[in-house]
Amino acid sequence: MPVDANAIETRGLRRVFKSRGRVVEAVAGVDLTVRNGEIFGFLGPNGAGKTTTLRMLATLLRPSGGTATVAGADLLRQQGRVRERIGYVGQAGGSDREIMGRTELVFQGRLYGMSLAAAQKRAAELIEMLELEACADRKVATYSGGQKRRLDIGLGLVHDPQLLFLDEPTTGLDPQSRARVWDEVRHMHDRGTTVFLTTHYLDEADALCDRIAIIDRGKIVTLGSPEELKREVAGDLVTLSVKGDQRAALNLLEAQPFVREAATEEGLVRLYVDRGEVAMPAILRLLDSAGMQLVTIGLQRPSLDDVFLRKTGRSLRETAA
Amino acid sequence: MKVLRDTWLVFGRYWGLFIHNPVWVAIGVVQPLLYLLLFAPLLSSIAKTPGFPAGGAYNVFVPGLLVQLGMFGAAGVGFSLIAELRMGVIERLRVTPVSRVSLLLGRALRDILSIVIQSLILIVLALPFGLSINPIGVVVVLALIALIGLLTASIAYAAALWLRSEDSYAPLIFTSSLPILLLSGVLLPLGLAPRWLRSIAALNPLSYAVDAARAVFLGHLDDPSVVRGVALMAVLAILAVFLGARAFGRAVA
Repeated sequence: MPVDANAIETRGLRRVFKSRGRVVEAVAGVDLTVRNGEIFGFLGPNGAGKTTTLRMLATLLRPSGGTATVAGADLLRQQGRVRERIGYVGQAGGSDREIMGRTELVFQGRLYGMSLAAAQKRAAELIEMLELEACADRKVATYSGGQKRRLDIGLGLVHDPQLLFLDEPTTGLDPQSRARVWDEVRHMHDRGTTVFLTTHYLDEADALCDRIAIIDRGKIVTLGSPEELKREVAGDLVTLSVKGDQRAALNLLEAQPFVREAATEEGLVRLYVDRGEVAMPAILRLLDSAGMQLVTIGLQRPSLDDVFLRKTGRSLRETAA
Repeated sequence: MKVLRDTWLVFGRYWGLFIHNPVWVAIGVVQPLLYLLLFAPLLSSIAKTPGFPAGGAYNVFVPGLLVQLGMFGAAGVGFSLIAELRMGVIERLRVTPVSRVSLLLGRALRDILSIVIQSLILIVLALPFGLSINPIGVVVVLALIALIGLLTASIAYAAALWLRSEDSYAPLIFTSSLPILLLSGVLLPLGLAPRWLRSIAALNPLSYAVDAARAVFLGHLDDPSVVRGVALMAVLAILAVFLGARAFGRAVA
């Protein structure tokens, strides 16, 4: 696979389910490009089509329409090649409760064609990397939620795939295990693995992902870096107050090109700006040279929830059951 | 080559799981053993009835028990598969390049091996009761039972992948296997049955397997029913393997 190619490219990817005589379009034409080496997040409420899209890209579900290239191979015609190059960690995990973690890792390696010795060596590496030494030789049934999730991720990494799919990797985990999984995802990213994950946690998408696509009702409603998406929606909000009359400060700042909207309210000046971190020093300088004395200043950034609300007309928190 | 290697790997995984719980072999043998101890003695008195084949009650009854073992031993294998679907194991295996046929065959081989072991135990236990058989006959009968196991297990796995829940799988398996067994002459030879029952049984493939097994135990290895029964089971088993492998290829979790 050429180094400059994209990890995933889809055109008009569709999936239709028939249930009780009704036809449901779970994925309604998805065009997507995931670049090599990035952490790409697929964000949306339950039932939006996240998992269905992921399962199609991981060869588990045949698309009803459209085309896709995954890890440099044609999804429809070269499934074998796609499977060799990708790792997949489903929502349920994938390890058997009755089997020991190490045994699962060795078996998984063998399925990718490794010799027994090579598979054992790789299993030992992963056990060390994911800090599973304490439980590797016990049945999975005895694992904590965090240990189990790390083992499941290990199963997806056995063959060192160039592209890893994670379906809601932190759902149901306690905050500490969640942070641990985030660290692992960042490590993979540092080693050059492309990560495609789904989540319905806004903070997760914000903290981990280089770029995000928001999907709703089977369609991508917006796509970009978390910063871009947030800026696109409303911009940052700078709230300040000066000694004396707020009107003077408002009049001064309202005229600046970087201010989109301005108003005073309850003795405060509210300014919507494109980039708060750049606007703040400029505001300070302007007020200073006009001889106005600043009393308070604060910066508030929009959340991805604001983005979601703006794009779909609903709050993600309401829809994510 | 890849299919053989993959099948061997998958077999190894499930055989390992199985021998950690050998209780299932014991349970599999107990039921036929109870038939042998508590039901077969009744046959001695009706063995003289017209329509009952000559050759001794046990040589007529044990082949039926073996066929029953082959079928019931494999009919329940879908339960563990449904548990694995829930744990995401099947989905995880399907994302690897492992051959889909191997996902089925590796498991079915484990089931077959356990059925063959149980069959051998049953044959040995029946010897003191007066069962007679020659070494070639044992091989032929075990091959026949293995084919029945492969046929039943493949269908059971396909059904489990299709239904995905114990609540629908259990009734399907139990309500379908009982009539198939009753209409195969497993317990009593169909020679004793009224004509209408015999005509229905003639449509049941398993009745040909029972005929074949009985002919072997009665020492008629060259009887055409033997070839017919084995060939029929082989053809059906191959079809079932295709069906099962397809189900593994398409399973939607």
